[in-house]
Amino acid sequence: MNAPVLMAEAGRRLGADHPESPLAIAGLTVAYGGKPVVVSVDLVTPPGAMLAVIGPNGAGKSTLLKAALGIVPRVSGEVTAFGQPLREARRRIAYVPQRASVDWEFPATVLDVVMMGLYREIGLLRFAGKRHRERAAECLRRVGMQDFADRQIGQLSGGQQQRVFLARALAQGAGLYVMDEPFAGVDAATERAIVEVLKDLNRAGRTILCVHHDLSTVKDYFTHVLIMNVRRIADGPVAAAFTPENLQAAYGGRLAPAQIGGIAAE
Amino acid sequence: MDGFLSALLLQAGYNTALVTVGSALLGASAGAIGGFVLLRKRSLVSDAISHATLPGLALAFIAMAALGGDGRWLPGLMIGAALSAALGLLALDWLASRTRLPEDAAIGAVLSVFFGAGVVLMTVIQTLPMGRQAGIAGYLLGSTAGMLRSEAEIIALTSALVGLAIFVLRRPFTLVCFDPEYALVRGVNIRAADLAMMALLLAVTVIGLKVAGLVLIVALTIIPPVAARFWTDRPGAMVVIAAALGAAAAWLGAVLSSLARGLPTGALIVLIAFALFLASLLLSPRRGLVAKALQRHRFRGLVQERQGLLALARGAPIYDGATLRRLKARGHVGAEGATTPKGRAAAEAAMRDEARWSLYRRLHPDESVSTPGGLRPLAEILPADIIGELDSRLAVRGVQP
Repeated sequence: MNAPVLMAEAGRRLGADHPESPLAIAGLTVAYGGKPVVVSVDLVTPPGAMLAVIGPNGAGKSTLLKAALGIVPRVSGEVTAFGQPLREARRRIAYVPQRASVDWEFPATVLDVVMMGLYREIGLLRFAGKRHRERAAECLRRVGMQDFADRQIGQLSGGQQQRVFLARALAQGAGLYVMDEPFAGVDAATERAIVEVLKDLNRAGRTILCVHHDLSTVKDYFTHVLIMNVRRIADGPVAAAFTPENLQAAYGGRLAPAQIGGIAAE
Repeated sequence: MDGFLSALLLQAGYNTALVTVGSALLGASAGAIGGFVLLRKRSLVSDAISHATLPGLALAFIAMAALGGDGRWLPGLMIGAALSAALGLLALDWLASRTRLPEDAAIGAVLSVFFGAGVVLMTVIQTLPMGRQAGIAGYLLGSTAGMLRSEAEIIALTSALVGLAIFVLRRPFTLVCFDPEYALVRGVNIRAADLAMMALLLAVTVIGLKVAGLVLIVALTIIPPVAARFWTDRPGAMVVIAAALGAAAAWLGAVLSSLARGLPTGALIVLIAFALFLASLLLSPRRGLVAKALQRHRFRGLVQERQGLLALARGAPIYDGATLRRLKARGHVGAEGATTPKGRAAAEAAMRDEARWSLYRRLHPDESVSTPGGLRPLAEILPADIIGELDSRLAVRGVQP
């Protein structure tokens, strides 16, 4: 048997080994201009998990998720979603990018953006129907933005923009939600609202992956955690993996011993 | 004037009507695809494409004439122009993706080199011992005078096809323009979408060479979308309005040039498009300069009135002349500078509103961010039960509501 066949079999094995996992990553490596930013990270997301990806600035958290979703090219590594190659599972994955990734001057209303979540459903030739608009309005209600449907997106506050992105993801009706720093630069009310929606989704069996910054809320918001700094440091249920030793290993001197002690004591 | 009206209403003969309709269809397609290209922030690419058509145009002319045919045969010229524009687009793509050159620098390099080569070839054509070179110069600035019926038919038909393709691709285009990373995760092939967008832009450019000319066709893909942006905040509406403005400019341009023979159609179209842009810039109800100035004026008036009333309530002097004039105009201050009874009542109301507003900000810091309080009375903005709650809290503290 020759090498390419062996490699194809190896590629299938990740999905075969973890057919239930909404997102399984093996040996994922990403480099920007010859500089490795994510090195050989493995992660098997348990179904129904609410998982935080944490680590210091420049640890490659966003890059890991972007590479897993095919937004950023990877040097090596395998990724499967729900046991299938990514390409075949796309419609089951909802992605919520960082707020800063788009031009908010774009001529679109809040409803227009949420309707983008129904892209596959509406198709190329048809016009959006009443049914689609009602679905979008319902998603806006779930994030408390129903009164803003006709507002141009640039006129929203940062927290409101983040809620619109979440509503767009809800409209898609996915099984896995991948979110890049959903709580960055949002007000306290929005953070509470987003967490409530995510916990509802999670209770309904959806899996959620978030790049997360705030160590003090990890225990309240999440069930699982991946701690990384270019490489994987630890992953698993929060109780097992979110330990002072693992945080020290990831953050090193950048986290004061008192901070780590406080997290352990909680 | 009769000539103008009959041409405008397509009554000046079948040929003129066909040319006018063809030009309008071209203008609509150019405006529509230009709308997406503007949202993708690549408007200047159309400038590079149009200038890159010139060498292909000239070579096609030479080749067709050398083979003994008519060098001005439109389909042949269009194919030559499309090939060399595609080459320019490839060069542009290669420069921007494989080198560290920013796209605008790459556009400048490609545009000038291709145009330079084209001008040399055009000069060569002038010296060749074959007839009918005159027609080729019309492709620089556009000329619908003496256009053949078959040429007008080709322009109308291909423009309509391009418009249809834009309609089919409008959703992936919008997704890619707004948020390419999200589009990618949804399974949209970004490279294919960009390629399709550029191919349609190239098609519009090549189709428009005869009508608008290669130096000026870029105006049809940039000015109408920029003007359309003033009238709407929705992507679909913007593209439709851009198409309508492009069609109007091309329609009028074709009509005017059919009346005064020497005038280049392209230049007329550009001037009309610019007039439409100017009107949009000034008169758009929400984003136009006039509306913005009025808004600023009204806002300044509200600020001055509120500041002035609070100063009256505190018995503080008012130094700002504009504020004093406004208070006098509203009857809050008499001619000799004394506060009128009406002014005293308004000042008390302003104080009360300030108290409500500062309490509201303390009680509801999150909501107050998006509440335009502090200028207009809070009772006009918030529901009565919240006002009642604020007043009862203020009463407890001894502030009279």
